[in-house]
Amino acid sequence: MTTELKQKEEVKPELTSAEHPATKYLREERLPHIWCSGCGLGSAVTSLTNAYEKLEIPIDDIGVVSGIGCSGRAAGYFETDSYHTTHGRAIPFATGLKLSNPEMNVTVFSGDGDLFAIGGNHFIHAARRNLDMTVICVNNYNFGMTGGQFGPTTPRGATATTSPYGNYENPFNLPDLAASAGAVYVARWTSVHARRIQQAMEDALSKKGFSFVEILSPCPTGYGRKNDLGEGIDELKSYQNRAVIKHESDPSEAEIERDPEAEIVVGNFVDIDRPTYCEVADDYLQSQ
Amino acid sequence: MSTEIEKEKATEKWPTDKGYIYIREDYCKGCGYCIEFCPQEVLEESAGFNEKGYHPPEPTAIDKCVNCGFCSIICPDFAIWDEKEGTNE
Repeated sequence: MTTELKQKEEVKPELTSAEHPATKYLREERLPHIWCSGCGLGSAVTSLTNAYEKLEIPIDDIGVVSGIGCSGRAAGYFETDSYHTTHGRAIPFATGLKLSNPEMNVTVFSGDGDLFAIGGNHFIHAARRNLDMTVICVNNYNFGMTGGQFGPTTPRGATATTSPYGNYENPFNLPDLAASAGAVYVARWTSVHARRIQQAMEDALSKKGFSFVEILSPCPTGYGRKNDLGEGIDELKSYQNRAVIKHESDPSEAEIERDPEAEIVVGNFVDIDRPTYCEVADDYLQSQ
Repeated sequence: MSTEIEKEKATEKWPTDKGYIYIREDYCKGCGYCIEFCPQEVLEESAGFNEKGYHPPEPTAIDKCVNCGFCSIICPDFAIWDEKEGTNE
């Protein structure tokens, strides 16, 4: 009886000063953030803060490092220890942070242009050494902040401001690159798989060693506009249709095609154990 | 002091069967993710504008909300989130 009455009444909101739960790890005074409407970076930040909260990592034990680009802004929004480094140097800075403070939970939050174009060398060497850190790469297929130039992940045939007749270069397959360089945890999800991203981040953060999570994000202002993909929501819907979950499959088969109908392989590709850089260094130096 | 008063008015708290939905209209950039991906189709685009000129979401079928929390995880702008009854966040 009472519930029936309750449903018939018009529900009115109450005005409060409540804040988003993610702001526990964010600098609330810097919000709203600068990212475009429909950008996937904000969802990735929410997933990361949710993962920190779920794992109950104290805010003083977290270091977030990012490079240059749209995603580079993320470090500025985190209220943890954070650093916005020069272009491509997020991983070297994070390496120093980890070696000087091995107890710290170091997360690199950056984009494909920063991590794999100018920072590609640092990425493969950090993976080779198996440094205990988590690298989160938000892949939007282009250099978004500087005006949508093609980059190392732009699919073949895709249009960008610097490839008006289509990009003829072969792109990197990021999970394959990470796995072959020696990462112990490799996952790829799209922005629409918000809960899977959070789970992958939790796994990556609790994994000892070099863990890598790639998030395929919409970029309606840059890549999406140049390739007639519509608004952010259209890109998310296309991810929903294109994504095929194949856990523990061979990441070399997870190439991304430009064709808006082609399938995108997502999932957790690698989860292995290997001694980390700090463990190897300690063992070796003690045996001398 | 003035910012505190502004903060108090910024967030709408909507009661649901299992808790609350909060909407902070001034953060919304109108991407429509919460509206499209809500499994219960609780939200609709409102007719009004926020100060940025976007149409924030409006819960037109709040009685259908089950507090799954997907809107709060998919929203890229920290503009909508849920609270289950009995939790403090």
